[in-house]
Amino acid sequence: MGRDNMGLTLSSTGTNIAKKDLFEYNALKQREEILIGLAGNPNVGKSTLFNNLTGMHQHTGNWPGKTISSAIGRIKYGEKQYLLADLPGTYSLLTHSKEEDVARDFICFSGAKKIIVVCDATCLERNLNLCLQIIEMTDNVCVCVNLIDEAERKGIEIDFDKLSVELGVEVVSVIARQKKSAKLLSELSELSVSQKKIQIKYPSVIEECIDVLKDSFIKYNFNFSERWLAVNLLTCREEITEKIKTYYNIDLMQDKQVVTALKMTDKIIERYGQTSESIIDKVARTFVKKAEEISGKTVVKKQNKENTVLDKILTGKITGRILMVGLLLVVFWLTIKGANLPSELLSKTFIAGEKYIDIFLDKLNVPEIFKNMLICGVYRVLTWVISVMLPPMAIFFPLFTLLEDSGYLPRIAFNMDNFFRKCNSCGKQALTISMGFGCNAAGVTGTRIIDSDRERLISILTNSFVPCNGRFPMMISVISIFFATSMAISDVISALIMTALICFGIFMTFIVSKILSETWLKGESSSFALELPPFRKPQIGKVIIRSVFDRTLFVLLRAMAVAAPAGLIIWLMVNIKVDSVSLFSLCADFLDPFASFIGLDGVILIAFILGFPANEIVVPLTIMGYTCSGELQQVSDMETLKYIFTSNGWTAVTAICFLVFTLMHWPCSTTCITIYKETKSKKWTFLGFVIPTLCGMILCFLINTVYKILTAV
Amino acid sequence: MNELCLLSQLSEGEIGIVNAINVTGSMRRRLQDLGLIRETEIKCLFRNVKGNLGAYNIRDAVIALRNSDTSRIEVIRKKNGA
Ligand SMILES: Nc1nc2c(ncn2[C@@H]2O[C@H](COP(=O)(O)OP(=O)(O)OP(=O)(O)O)[C@@H](O)[C@H]2O)c(=O)[nH]1
Ligand SMILES: [Mg+2]
Repeated sequence: MGRDNMGLTLSSTGTNIAKKDLFEYNALKQREEILIGLAGNPNVGKSTLFNNLTGMHQHTGNWPGKTISSAIGRIKYGEKQYLLADLPGTYSLLTHSKEEDVARDFICFSGAKKIIVVCDATCLERNLNLCLQIIEMTDNVCVCVNLIDEAERKGIEIDFDKLSVELGVEVVSVIARQKKSAKLLSELSELSVSQKKIQIKYPSVIEECIDVLKDSFIKYNFNFSERWLAVNLLTCREEITEKIKTYYNIDLMQDKQVVTALKMTDKIIERYGQTSESIIDKVARTFVKKAEEISGKTVVKKQNKENTVLDKILTGKITGRILMVGLLLVVFWLTIKGANLPSELLSKTFIAGEKYIDIFLDKLNVPEIFKNMLICGVYRVLTWVISVMLPPMAIFFPLFTLLEDSGYLPRIAFNMDNFFRKCNSCGKQALTISMGFGCNAAGVTGTRIIDSDRERLISILTNSFVPCNGRFPMMISVISIFFATSMAISDVISALIMTALICFGIFMTFIVSKILSETWLKGESSSFALELPPFRKPQIGKVIIRSVFDRTLFVLLRAMAVAAPAGLIIWLMVNIKVDSVSLFSLCADFLDPFASFIGLDGVILIAFILGFPANEIVVPLTIMGYTCSGELQQVSDMETLKYIFTSNGWTAVTAICFLVFTLMHWPCSTTCITIYKETKSKKWTFLGFVIPTLCGMILCFLINTVYKILTAV
Repeated sequence: MNELCLLSQLSEGEIGIVNAINVTGSMRRRLQDLGLIRETEIKCLFRNVKGNLGAYNIRDAVIALRNSDTSRIEVIRKKNGA
């Protein structure tokens, strides 16, 4: 999505792709450019710093795992050109999840001239752990302590000079949210290699092994230190040799010197009475202890203020649930209420505009048939999409981003974990569901934050059960046409119905997750650790501007790109006649028996099929299909719209089936492609397509049948 | 005075010092990355409704862990944990 600003991502799951992408860096890098990477723990402000330095608009959010594939930006400072990479957050170089793999590969194998390790001043000790690991690996490191404004507020003082002395590398302190990039850059761009960097001292068994191993690597001239490689050969031999094979084309296990040395280390480990497991523990312990020691020397906590009041309310038994549903309700109400007026204005403007286009085309002597095609086919569908989609999106997106920026999303995950545990899936699925609200494709990519492959697949396959922003304006429009007309509190009712539908979608997510984890994706729910970031005041102005420009316009443009040709197709289908019956009626009649089975009709089904590339166009296409002359009637008021629907046989049940089917049918083409990219499997992509479709069809069938039985009695 | 218990048994506001970690595999690594090793001080901040997910203060970061994991971590409970 908007994430890969220059069309370049390091998004990768398999090593082969990762390899290709890292080579892409080198292709992208021009001769004089210096590659710098921004690494660090999740949610420490790497993307914020990246935006500050490059002036770009990488998405930021107050939860760990916001960035899942790296972005690249260029900066010029002084004489030099730099290529800056914003990486996903990682807790350690011994990685676990897919997004962390991307970061680790970059840090270890990209050959960057400098790695900037961004740290969170409010929990420096934990951050130093990764810092020390990176320092151990390479000499080209600089440490950037961010969020010092927040640390100050919490009464935390850090002695940066001392920290720099302790680590033996440059230390810079910044507030990434504030603009002072020039000064920052000048400090960061110093490419001095530190000579006196800290040397990690491991327990003697490991030191002995390192001594035996390290000389055998010198000939290779790797980008990383021999000590680091030696330790990695002890802790994760297979992984590291595999990576070196990929990136350097060197098979260490074919090197006699290395193999002999490794055999000696096995003996040493045995002599000390250790196992490979206990060696891993020892290594990890060394780093944690060192971090503890350094932070003890450099960080002073003046007061120990711990505020869990808000957390307790947000996760409380009653308050937590009420707030969760309440917030959803408020967000929808604001969206619906706020979108009414602008929608109407836009629609009126477009109707007025039609006349002028008509006159203009006349002047150009465009033949009547083409004129008709352009205005009735293309223009009307296009403008309908804009006037109905734009206002709700422009309100919903910023609201949602504000929530995201405040740090509330991980609390939702915390509250919902119990349900996910019961379904044997991962608690972080709540986060990917939230991403799905914006865009299901983004939600599918977002599942990379889930470590277990099984749980990740579950959340990929169920992601489209939450309506993306392309679908919910169309749900809103149908709700307001059918269930909330001419009532003083119609907006409240619409919001209530909308909230109920969302809850239903989430309920279905649980059901399907449970079914999947009992069948194809059998397994116990695995362990997970979810970091709950501190609440932060969102940057309101910035959030609004960015979400309107990046997200709303992006989605709208995509919808428009699809709306125009789809409008054309319908127009052609209606106007091409076979034996005086239009192609459109033929198709609609063909689909009709099946469609009426699930409470819909042929026209609706055609609209859904044509809406595969972008669901936004389903409603205007349906209307166009009904008005049969092949022209979307310019209808600005709800009454006329309702009339069009009812006169074509719509009842309340049709509307309900339509809503349910909107919530559950095949994911849009972008999402399907993304599922394929993420799973690399036709089978899972197929299931990702079929599962929601089947759910929707079965439910619609049930609703329709029950209704028929009830009315027959 | 200080008694041995499981991390999952700490109630809100109590502090424990890690005594043994019986978690294995990748979760063990993950906990180590977060700085949770033997002798680390951990405070239980709050729990979810069912009590099977806890939010803990581990080295100044708030981390949520499921009981299925924390019941495999032994801690020494500090009395009057404040
Ligand atoms: N108060 C304050 N907030 C900051 C600062 N830097 C970043 N933030 C906020 O911290 C949150 C996380 O920032 P991101 O830039 O998304 O963090 P990240 O490191 O890229 O996170 P991941 O991509 O998830 O690894 C956002 O809500 C930022 O607005 C800072 O210096 N001061
Ligand atoms: Mg980021």
